[in-house]
Amino acid sequence: MSKPKSAYSIPGKKQKNDTHVIVVWVDNEAGVLARVVGLFSGRGYNIESLAVAEVDPKLNISRITIVTTGSPQVIEQIKLQLGKLVPVHKVADFMRGDKKIIFKEMALLKIVGNNVKRKKAIKFCKKFNPVVLDKTNKSVVIQITALRREIDTIMNDLKKTGLVSVSRTGAVAMTRGAEVFR
Amino acid sequence: MSKLYSGAEIVFKCLEDQDVEYIFGYPGGAVLPIYDELKNHESIKHILVRHEQGAGHAAEGYARSSGKPGVVLVTSGPGATNAVTALTDAYMDSIPLVCISGQVPTHLIGTDAFQECDTTGITRPCTKHNWLVKDVKDLSKIIHKAFEVATTGRPGPVLVDIPKDIQFQKTKYVGSIKRKKLNGKIHNKFNQSEIDQLVKLMVNSSRPILYTGGGVINSGPKASELLRELVSLTGFPITSTLQGLGSYPGDDNQFLGMLGMHGTYEANNAMHDCDLMINIGARFDDRITGKIDEFSPKSKKVHIDIDPSSINKNVKVDLPIVGDVSEVMLSVIKTLKKKNPNFASSNKEKTSKWWEKISKWRSVNSLNFINSDKTIKPQHAIQRLYELTKDKDTYITTEVGQHQMWAAQHYKFNKPNRWMTSGGLGTMGYGLPAAVGVQIAHPDKLVVDIAGEASVLMTIQEMSTAVQYNLPIKIFILNNEYMGMVRQWQELLHEKNYSESYTAALPDFVKLAEAYGCVGIRAKTPDELDEKIKEMININKPVIFDCLVDKEENCFPMIPSGKPHNQMLLGPNDQKENKITGKGKTLV
Repeated sequence: MSKPKSAYSIPGKKQKNDTHVIVVWVDNEAGVLARVVGLFSGRGYNIESLAVAEVDPKLNISRITIVTTGSPQVIEQIKLQLGKLVPVHKVADFMRGDKKIIFKEMALLKIVGNNVKRKKAIKFCKKFNPVVLDKTNKSVVIQITALRREIDTIMNDLKKTGLVSVSRTGAVAMTRGAEVFR
Repeated sequence: MSKLYSGAEIVFKCLEDQDVEYIFGYPGGAVLPIYDELKNHESIKHILVRHEQGAGHAAEGYARSSGKPGVVLVTSGPGATNAVTALTDAYMDSIPLVCISGQVPTHLIGTDAFQECDTTGITRPCTKHNWLVKDVKDLSKIIHKAFEVATTGRPGPVLVDIPKDIQFQKTKYVGSIKRKKLNGKIHNKFNQSEIDQLVKLMVNSSRPILYTGGGVINSGPKASELLRELVSLTGFPITSTLQGLGSYPGDDNQFLGMLGMHGTYEANNAMHDCDLMINIGARFDDRITGKIDEFSPKSKKVHIDIDPSSINKNVKVDLPIVGDVSEVMLSVIKTLKKKNPNFASSNKEKTSKWWEKISKWRSVNSLNFINSDKTIKPQHAIQRLYELTKDKDTYITTEVGQHQMWAAQHYKFNKPNRWMTSGGLGTMGYGLPAAVGVQIAHPDKLVVDIAGEASVLMTIQEMSTAVQYNLPIKIFILNNEYMGMVRQWQELLHEKNYSESYTAALPDFVKLAEAYGCVGIRAKTPDELDEKIKEMININKPVIFDCLVDKEENCFPMIPSGKPHNQMLLGPNDQKENKITGKGKTLV
């Protein structure tokens, strides 16, 4: 190993990265999303997807769902750093593989092609609650809800049936059963 | 119907309610209504600085030496951007600051108006929190909240951005309301079982060390008292970070000196070889740990900190305790006294071998240097300054670089809040304005800025502030004509290629002092040093002391980059051996 020429230490061993879903309840005020996102970019954390909307108009609370990857130490830091932000009320963290948690993403898919192709496209989507939102004699817009990698796969499949445009949301998450995260 | 107040009046009413005595600031278009209101509030004195960065650092110096939050008032645009360095500095070193900035009128925000900038956007990553006031009705609530956020938990800077039209608008005044909880941000989360675990670890340890940091200072003077009690009760050795100096007496026998990159040989080796490390209010900074993978490999680590995100950030610990260090130490002392009343005596035997080892490391005398009777050695200058000022209650600030490390090594602090230095951000130009703030808080005390000639030039304009308010600060410049720490790294790592680290056209500091209306003193030889320092102390005016020191001197000992604690580079006396590694260590 060459001698490091720096006033800083050399990087230590890399830990294994896991994918986590972080859910943050925040005051719905100006700049709050910038604070959360800025914390991620400023400290070099990843954001794979992001979904945010107000969930309690009375208490003015928004729920931010962030899919991120990092070593256990980094995930722990993300939670603690988020918890320090003044408008943040609580932070929840789920492993992506967690069976107790439901994850969903929505996608809008626009297919342009003849009748055969359009029908084929709808058939491909069958497993993912397809809803046809718009139809012409040349095109169709399909809405599906599924997991991220399922949408990845279906996008690949639909290439041959005339997929011209995709719009996707970030993942949202909720616990199964009667339990509520406090 | 209750009286209506303008936004500017509300700002001052809030400051009065928060018992603010001094604000450090600089006027400008977008804060004129607030400046207009200043004359009506006699209890609040405004200190006019010469640059907004100076206002920020002066407020930091004020806050660190007094324990009260520092208040800064700046205008929009350049006023706010100039304050950013000081805000970041305060954020890194956990100093409570409240910065009030003017903003262009609400209807012009977003139009690239004159002196407009996205102040809350720019300062978001360097404050604990910031607010843009959009409605005058929110103003008093926000300012009181700002003080609360700045001073509770782990302290830090906050900023309140007030558009000019809001400063004119009128509304009712709402006083500060004590809130029951801070958004679930409770600061003392520890419980008795954690304290019991810690005490058990302490009882079982034969090679313990206490590693303390700025958290002890931030927790207030009581924390320093408790720390002293804890140390004498346990008989454990103690080392401190740069920011923690003064929380434990620097001349006490149980104190091993500062640790870290330029820490003492005994402190770093004790950290490396200990079996129990108790971190009290420090944060395992990279200047402290050296190579993380080889950091103190054989120890159980306990971390006491008010900020849960400081724990397990850099170093994985075995027992985290989240809480105010004062309260945790109090619990530990109580539990120890109750459960193990004979702890000190039983522990003495157990740790006797450990103390033997430590005294062997101590005998290396790692802060030693080869003195000269021809040129002033910078370490010698600090030692003389210490000897000649130690009987007074002296406050020391520093800039950043070699002089800062020498000051930390050779000036011994016995009380908290006497040592103000930029550690986290490492801001050159910090010391002079910080000294201004310290002198404001302690008008009758001796305040010395130990400076380098390069650093001090970054904020030298604040001498003018010192003269205006008759602040007799002493700027003690160790002048080696180099950016010394840069030069040292270039010597050690870049084959002595001293790229741009020599300042070829320095001002004559004595004449510069005279130009500012203060006193200039120059010391050239070791013979005249003492007399000149005494002269400096006796002048009741600001002084610039130009101490011409050895140009080639390096700061030792040091941990070279990428090395663990037990592979320190010692000074020129030991250079033949170059570094003391595994085997060498057992020889000394």
